[in-house]
Amino acid sequence: MNGALFRNPVAIGIAVLLAVILLASTFAIVPETKQAVILRFEQPVGSPINAYKPNEIFGKTGAGLIARVPFIDRIVWVDKRVLDVDYDNQQVLSSDQLPLEVDAYARFRIIDPLRMVVTARSEDGVTRALQPLLGTSIRNELGNQPFATLLTPERDQVMDNIQARLQRLASQYGVQIVDVRIKHADLPTGSPLDSALNQMATSRKQQALTIRAEGSKQAQIIRAEAEAQASNIYATAFNKDPEFYDFYRAMQSYRRTFGADGSNPTGSTSIIMSPNNAYLKEFQGRK
Amino acid sequence: MTILQGWFQRFAILNSDNPKGPWGGGGPDKSGPDKGGSGSGNDGGPRNPWSVPPAARPRGAGPSALDEFLRRARGGGGGGSGGGGRSPIPGTPSPRALWMLGTGLIVVAWLGLTSIHAIAPQQRGVVTYFGRYAGTLEPGYRLTLPAPFADVTKVDVQNFRTENFPENGGETENLMLTGDRNIMNLSFSVRWNISSPDDYVFQIKDPQNTVRATAESAMREVVANMTLDQAIGSGRPRIEAQVQDRMQHILDEYKAGIRIQGVAINKAVAPQAVSEAFKEVTAAQQDAVAARTSAQGYARQLVAGAEGEAAQFDKQYGQYKLAPEVTRRRMYYETMEAVLAKTDKTIVETPGVLPYLPLSQGKKLAEPDVTVNGAAK
Repeated sequence: MNGALFRNPVAIGIAVLLAVILLASTFAIVPETKQAVILRFEQPVGSPINAYKPNEIFGKTGAGLIARVPFIDRIVWVDKRVLDVDYDNQQVLSSDQLPLEVDAYARFRIIDPLRMVVTARSEDGVTRALQPLLGTSIRNELGNQPFATLLTPERDQVMDNIQARLQRLASQYGVQIVDVRIKHADLPTGSPLDSALNQMATSRKQQALTIRAEGSKQAQIIRAEAEAQASNIYATAFNKDPEFYDFYRAMQSYRRTFGADGSNPTGSTSIIMSPNNAYLKEFQGRK
Repeated sequence: MTILQGWFQRFAILNSDNPKGPWGGGGPDKSGPDKGGSGSGNDGGPRNPWSVPPAARPRGAGPSALDEFLRRARGGGGGGSGGGGRSPIPGTPSPRALWMLGTGLIVVAWLGLTSIHAIAPQQRGVVTYFGRYAGTLEPGYRLTLPAPFADVTKVDVQNFRTENFPENGGETENLMLTGDRNIMNLSFSVRWNISSPDDYVFQIKDPQNTVRATAESAMREVVANMTLDQAIGSGRPRIEAQVQDRMQHILDEYKAGIRIQGVAINKAVAPQAVSEAFKEVTAAQQDAVAARTSAQGYARQLVAGAEGEAAQFDKQYGQYKLAPEVTRRRMYYETMEAVLAKTDKTIVETPGVLPYLPLSQGKKLAEPDVTVNGAAK
């Protein structure tokens, strides 16, 4: 090559282009969110770059500029972040044969990118592989638990068990299961839900009846207590002199019966008296 | 170059039965091999870009305007190598200056656009140098290295995001199971913001979905540990606090860089299907309260009456005690007086006389036809 070639603009353009292509295929930027596995002729070379380590400080990870052999090394990118697998609306039978509709998710992280690349090829592959494993773990665990367990603090334990099961199955993919959580575990719509709702309605109606009965019972007790108290008050007062009470009450009674206390008794009264009556004893004149 | 030519010859042979191939023919004659080999660029047909004889390339075509321009520019800029023989045309700006100006403008624009970052007060900028985290930018105008070296992700940390459950804000029922195997309809919302921009950007793939999934899981877990009555009644603040705690705990485990600012239950009611029965319970409760209230009213009345009567008796008895005989007689006469004054009276003396009493005619008795005989015995 001589100087004339360098002076040729097209040649310079091509040279620059080649240089850019060479640079671009030599250097790669590994962001904090990715791990990189380098494959040379489809064989992994060296240890993965920016591989996950627990408790790393950002800025001190393996992220940054890397160089590789151009055109020969291929980089497989593997996400370093927490990823998600969902398990949506699947029916599961609990150990007491209750159908449940379960929504769950697993959060995972690829901690061994090399193994992941070897076993699952790509991130999508891992997600696809984990989905049935998550389903199996959930079904197996919930199938061993009575329905009621999900409605107690033991729910946590159930989720931990599922996580442990899934971790055992998922380790082959170089995956760490960060968490498994049940989003929903509900009765499926249709007859199970309807019968549960019916049961609720029935029990509420029962409750309504009980509340009414309890209310009238308490009302009766209150009345009876008041009557007893009144009785006691009367007795305390009248017992001071029963003989006088008898007289006093008789007087009151006469007034009331014959309408002399301002009340208006129905029925008129005629009195036939003999002069021997105590009231009329003075009629006879004193002898 | 001859290798290249030969290769294209072969390529053209392969394509010989397809004259409309991308590189080859198109000419009216179907002599594919010939065309490919001889470089059809010079006849009228579509040019095969690869088959131009390389030797002809630099001098083959006449100088185009671009070539002219480039040559001039090179002439101006080639001073370093000493090869620039052509002098600029007088009167026009030197091509070298034009080049410098253009390049300068591009560089300034590049620096300006990629190394100065305006971070708004509610934002933080997460800076990476070649992908590696290099710090977080506080609000204001901040400088970083230009584009291919540094990259800034702006994250809105102050803004409270709100997630509603169910998503349409409670129009559909969001049924969940309570600890006593009842079903309730609960709609709630979660407010969150970003507490750590770098964790938020680097740790979680889909932060918003993570928050949503966490919220649903935490809410159902907390509700599953409560009875229906607690959940729709007094337990609300407790649920909100527990869900917030729980979510924060889970998200911290993921190192999500997210802070849950609050959980608010908008509606916690019985499902539509059983709301009638629930209303009946409410009605029964009101009935029970009403029954108790009226009984208490009756009780107060009764006791007050008794106390009044007792007090009256006590007073009378006090008087009676002072003068028993007189008081007694006075009361007797007063009473009889009052009673007899208002009634019809018949006094019969002789034991043998039976007055005719038209008992059935009640009022007729008002005119007694029996003589009152006041004679003494």
